[in-house]
Amino acid sequence: MATTTETPTDSMGRATALAPPSLSSRAKARMVSALLIMPLVLFLTLVFVLPLGGMLVHAVENGEVGEALPGVAAEMRGWTGEGLPPESAYAALARDLKAAYGDPRLGEASRRLNYERAGYRALLAKTARSIRAIDRPRAGWTAELTAIDPRWSETATWAALRRASPSLTPYYLLTALDLRMDDNGSIARAPAEERIYIDTLGRTLWIGFVTTLLCLVLGFPLAHALVSLPRGFASVLMVCVLLPFWTSLLVRTSAWIVVLQKEGVLNGLLTRLGIVDAPLELVFNRFGLYVAMVHILLPFMILPILSVMKGISPSYMRASASLGAHPAVGFLKVYLPMTLPGVGAGCLMTFIIGVGYYITPSLVGGARDQMTSYFIAYYANTTINWGLSSALGAILLACIMLLYATVGRLIGVGRIAGIQ
Amino acid sequence: MTTTRAGRLYAPIVFAMLIASGASHARDLTVVGFGGSLQDAMRTAYFEPFSKRYGAPLIEESYTGGIAKLKAMNQSRTVTWDVLQMDENEMTLACDEGLLEPFDWKSQPNAADILPQVKAPCGVGAFVWSKVLAFDPAKTPGVKSWADFWDIKRWPGERGLRKQARMTLEIALLADGVAPDKLYETLGTKAGVDRAFAKLDQIKPHIRWWVSGAQPVEWLAAGNVVMTSAYNGRVAAANKDGRAFTMLWTQQLYSADYWTIPKGTDKLKAARELIAFMTSADAQKRFAETIPYGVTNNRASALIDPKIQPDLPTAPQNMAGALMIDTPFWVNNEDELQQRFERWVAQ
Repeated sequence: MATTTETPTDSMGRATALAPPSLSSRAKARMVSALLIMPLVLFLTLVFVLPLGGMLVHAVENGEVGEALPGVAAEMRGWTGEGLPPESAYAALARDLKAAYGDPRLGEASRRLNYERAGYRALLAKTARSIRAIDRPRAGWTAELTAIDPRWSETATWAALRRASPSLTPYYLLTALDLRMDDNGSIARAPAEERIYIDTLGRTLWIGFVTTLLCLVLGFPLAHALVSLPRGFASVLMVCVLLPFWTSLLVRTSAWIVVLQKEGVLNGLLTRLGIVDAPLELVFNRFGLYVAMVHILLPFMILPILSVMKGISPSYMRASASLGAHPAVGFLKVYLPMTLPGVGAGCLMTFIIGVGYYITPSLVGGARDQMTSYFIAYYANTTINWGLSSALGAILLACIMLLYATVGRLIGVGRIAGIQ
Repeated sequence: MTTTRAGRLYAPIVFAMLIASGASHARDLTVVGFGGSLQDAMRTAYFEPFSKRYGAPLIEESYTGGIAKLKAMNQSRTVTWDVLQMDENEMTLACDEGLLEPFDWKSQPNAADILPQVKAPCGVGAFVWSKVLAFDPAKTPGVKSWADFWDIKRWPGERGLRKQARMTLEIALLADGVAPDKLYETLGTKAGVDRAFAKLDQIKPHIRWWVSGAQPVEWLAAGNVVMTSAYNGRVAAANKDGRAFTMLWTQQLYSADYWTIPKGTDKLKAARELIAFMTSADAQKRFAETIPYGVTNNRASALIDPKIQPDLPTAPQNMAGALMIDTPFWVNNEDELQQRFERWVAQ
């Protein structure tokens, strides 16, 4: 507490008679301010920290098999993974399946096992149905289970169970990186026809990068115009910049379809003027996606740059001119470096929001323009593979954090946030 | 029991949302369908007559499939859906995961009349739908099979297919000459899947992928595609509005949608009454006469206007060469095949 030096103290260091009211009022003020920010803290915890933490937990959580088949999970911990497991593992499987029959948790375990190899969902369901009829095995559970389905005599089946039964798993994160753990426990790349997420992630980052660059090229001169133009004109321009903020995302995006589609406004104009013979493909491809995304994200680039530019006194440029610098040199050496915090903040914000886009690519993009968030939504909503959905989200988050840390080191986090 | 760690983790959020939404209010019976012309027909044939007869208000919602919301409601114990339309695949998955109420046939007075194929552990068949090849005979006359769908030279132009592995791979194999009764045997092998993708490669640049059931018919009407896969009821609805599209019944792909009851609803009795009403012969007759999907009540078939019979997927002459979608196959293989499909589409 740096402020205590101001409080009068006696020789023993205790606060003198004058001090107590000011101290207690300060404590009160602190308490009031703490109470005032409580709703915000609570809100952030509920809607931000908890779901984010939940997402990260989901990406590695793997309780399904362990909860439905606890005996098997225990056996798998003791098994080396070579050859076939002992009779006791088969007996545990029979016991667990009988106990879990009809329990929804068995369905969840089957879904989890099916991720390891297609067809295991049915294998588990079929075995659970058949095993109920057998009270006492005639020649051991190994023989009984193998008779129900020969796959129980394959190492691969048990290896899949062994991978799926610990309470934490790298499976989802590996899959989200197009990697796979094989039966021996070593990590390898997924077969070529199943690799998809790295390409998608690359595409997502690339689309984010290009959108950011386009926003910068368009936004920087516009921001400069906003500070240098006469007041009345600048405020009209400002309204134009802010207009996209006031319309719904869905409306803005759909409007671009109307403008850009084959029978749309722009193509109609171009063909009528004789500039093109056949209508151009302007939407449902990468071009249409960039147009719509730049339109939506432009304010996020302009506003931070604008706020920095407003703080730059024109006298700097006059000074550089009076010292004999060419306007271009003055701009590059004096003006531009001073706008960099705004540029950094704008780029970072545009990029981060851009890579998370989902609705816009799905509406105006083609099949080849879908970004990581498409798969996040697909796995979360359609197949309820929340593990993979969370893992993809975690990897996207990691990319953004990495970028944030890099830019933060170059420019300074405080300057980006404007609280330097 | 199924409250996992995640359930406990989300409990405070759910609590907050409960307060925010005032979920303690009394709620009317809620039925959830797939929207569009299909739900319009359900309203006419089922929902409004049911409300009128029982004097009970009925709330309608619609969704686009997927069992995520069902699961979220189940985990947070705030089930606000009472009767739900589901496709066979998702019903099977949801049933396995304990998200649906086991179907109680004793509560159903029509149980004896329902087709045995659509009596499931967690649901009863609502109607039989079909995916057909639809085209405008004025623009592309003479199309006879899925093989013709691949004939870009003779009938140039874009083709519409649903952006989904399920049914698309089947269509590719049908076009490649695989017989319906051998189809899933073929698709069950790696060579068969490769063959389907190789066939799709041939027309890939000409395919426009649709997502919702209304799109293919709109595109066909706007001339964006010259032929497309589409649900028979949607095509029939467009024809009712003055279009003259042709549906190809040979090589149709068919399956059923089901009525299910989410587990945890506090309106179990009313939900069962609504389902009993919707599977009665009279109500199904009204439904099929509004939108030509196949009925699941044996006695309803006889009641339906003979003029409408040939438009139903279940008409005997339409069933020749038809392919029944193999739900158990897809329950096991969808994760893997859909991933490969997504990758292939994005290439």
